[in-house]
Amino acid sequence: MEYVKEKKPNIFIRIGQSFVEGLKNFGNGIVRVIKSIGRGFKTFGKRFVNGSIGTKLSYFIMGAGNFYHKRYVKGLIYLIIQAAFILFMVMSPEVNSTPLGYKALSNLTNLGTNPGSIFTPTDNSMLMMLFGVLTLGMIAIYLYAYVSNTKSAELADQLVKAGKVPQTFYGDLHSLIDERFHLTMLTPSILGITLFTVLPTIFMILIAFTDFDQTKQVGQHLFNWVGFDNFKEIFDGKSEISVRFIPVVTWTLTWAFFATFTCYIGGILIALVINGKNIKLKKMWRTIFMLTIAIPQFISLLAVRQLLSVSGPINTLLINMGLINQGIEFLGNATNGITPKVMVILINMWVGIPFTLLMTSGILMNIPNDLYEAAQIDGANKVQVFFKITLPYVVFITTPYLISSFVGNITSFNIIFLLTGGGPTVPGGFQAGETDLLVTWLYKLTIDQGDYNQGAVISILTFLIIATGTLLTYRRSKSFKEEDTFQ
Amino acid sequence: MTDVKRIKHSSIRRNNLISSITGHTLLTILAFIWLIPIVWIVLQSFSAELNNQGQLIGFVRGNYFPKVLGIDNYINLFTNKNFEFGKWWLNTLFVAFFTFMISTLLTLSVAYVMSKIRFKSRKTFMSVSMILGLFPGFMSMIAIYYILKAMGLTGSLFALILVYSAGSGLGFHVAKGFFDVIPNSLVESARLDGCTNAGIFSKIILPLSKPIIVYTALTAFMGPWMDFIFAKTIIGESNRSNLTVAFGLYSMIYGEQADSNLFTQFAAGSVLVAIPIVILFVSMQRYYVEGVTAGSVKG
Repeated sequence: MEYVKEKKPNIFIRIGQSFVEGLKNFGNGIVRVIKSIGRGFKTFGKRFVNGSIGTKLSYFIMGAGNFYHKRYVKGLIYLIIQAAFILFMVMSPEVNSTPLGYKALSNLTNLGTNPGSIFTPTDNSMLMMLFGVLTLGMIAIYLYAYVSNTKSAELADQLVKAGKVPQTFYGDLHSLIDERFHLTMLTPSILGITLFTVLPTIFMILIAFTDFDQTKQVGQHLFNWVGFDNFKEIFDGKSEISVRFIPVVTWTLTWAFFATFTCYIGGILIALVINGKNIKLKKMWRTIFMLTIAIPQFISLLAVRQLLSVSGPINTLLINMGLINQGIEFLGNATNGITPKVMVILINMWVGIPFTLLMTSGILMNIPNDLYEAAQIDGANKVQVFFKITLPYVVFITTPYLISSFVGNITSFNIIFLLTGGGPTVPGGFQAGETDLLVTWLYKLTIDQGDYNQGAVISILTFLIIATGTLLTYRRSKSFKEEDTFQ
Repeated sequence: MTDVKRIKHSSIRRNNLISSITGHTLLTILAFIWLIPIVWIVLQSFSAELNNQGQLIGFVRGNYFPKVLGIDNYINLFTNKNFEFGKWWLNTLFVAFFTFMISTLLTLSVAYVMSKIRFKSRKTFMSVSMILGLFPGFMSMIAIYYILKAMGLTGSLFALILVYSAGSGLGFHVAKGFFDVIPNSLVESARLDGCTNAGIFSKIILPLSKPIIVYTALTAFMGPWMDFIFAKTIIGESNRSNLTVAFGLYSMIYGEQADSNLFTQFAAGSVLVAIPIVILFVSMQRYYVEGVTAGSVKG
């Protein structure tokens, strides 16, 4: 008897489909955002028209609505916010002789005009850009407070109309540990994230559109907006950086692929061996492998690097055994590109396998035994059991881990930086050596060489690569779709 | 009949014996490979070989086992004027202590809110945090450096604490995965009894969350001992007495004042850094495993 096998579309069609799906989602998202902005303006206008005199006044003087309903403390807080903001914008206070406030906004458009002379210092373009972004952030926070002021006035109106008493200041405070507890819990984090993650990220994105490279010293030269010139340079196919870009991307993806799967399969296999029913001292074996997780990488990887150096123990051993005549350069100084590439992937197994081992030991013990028994009755051998039962089961459960470790490998800085430093160098390679990943290249371009604009372009492109990959796989995974059903 | 049974029985036993032997041999070989570099570093830290002039040999030699053993490297490490290891060690402890206090607090509060409270902009926060997580971490390092410079903080240990802990709220996923598994019915019944959200968090959730608290604290505490790249940029190599162990030790063999003859001293320093961390890690391994599996394994 023959049965019809359901035909799966091939991988390229599936990738294409999910790409189209992604674009559709993106488009829908934008439409939704625009619609909700429109709705926001509508309610904002309605609130003014329908509001009491206090609410109407609060559109011009913040806190007026609260004063109108005799909620003086809250009203005063809003009023102080407004006064402080206006004062801040108009006064344009200076830090390190660079202004914030309204002057910062105009500075953001031209990044400083004073080229400096013997008597006056140069405008600090870097700080001007930073303060421009900061001021925009302040305006956003102010607008948020402004809208919430009108909302609170409207709410008080509604409560009074319904014959109730508007929330007191004490009630507001108490709600911070109850109905609005999430605000209390999130505010410190949001503050930290905004200052140390969001602001720097926006700032670096802006740098990609300037001419801030190694020829410019902060505080000695002005820099300018150059539009998409830096991006064009990377893709024009002629400049040094653009010739080097494709090979680095290719190697980064190759590395991430091999690094992820060697560690994944290797970790599962070792976990299987350790979990085997005849193995004694299971805990001891696990602890030995765990050592590479516990020991800081700068120690273990630098040790491996020295161990493999030309006059190090490994080369000496090989010479004494008569296998080679003189020491081999395995890593950063190798004479070809292949040896160090293979070596970093192998050494990465030494670092990465314990993580998978840790993850999967527990899962392996939970695989239902009847699956194995059924396979045994059907006469499956060990290899078949591994590929048909164990692996699919583990993959099914650890997909999020697999994705995040792939992404982690694309940006894995330590392994390459500590083992090879990106070397061996490629002549005319625009700083990028044979084993340089996008992230280590980015590091060299910015920290070592000072080409901040090109570094910023590379990091934006790295982000795009990671984002596409993650969204394509992650949005399809179960754990994303059912994020809040699993409780 | 019984004969057949016995033969079958003994063949199973033989199979078991074979798989046991191959398993143990395989594990021994692998364990050997895993331990080679680690044992080597420890051995090198105790190397006390002298050259013809009677000076300590500090560079990498071809012999795996040192010919003479001694604690000279450890003595030199603490008397070296140029590389103040003792100071670095205390610096790192200081930074690690505050980082772990602040980050644990931030991470757990974000994770709890994301897991158990439903509010309007929750999905937005989740998506934004995911997108931010996709940017290469030190892409923003340059900007952070200039922000700290404008605040007049570069070169100080406070700056490092800020950098390590300020963004830690973004790493809420593992802890959220843990809180997700705590049944909602517990939360709801507490609310019916008139408990506030803050009360639920501190009186009900936290006492149930020992593994994840330990895991979060452990990873936060270990971070400053392992990171050398932020330490390098924020503190700067010239600011020698404010370095942390990771970059300090790195600078001994690859920095501006590096000296290949300092390798055995580097090994001694590494041992002194690794011992407390390894002890901490091994003793809390159980919590670590629970934390990792709670966060990233979900069907």
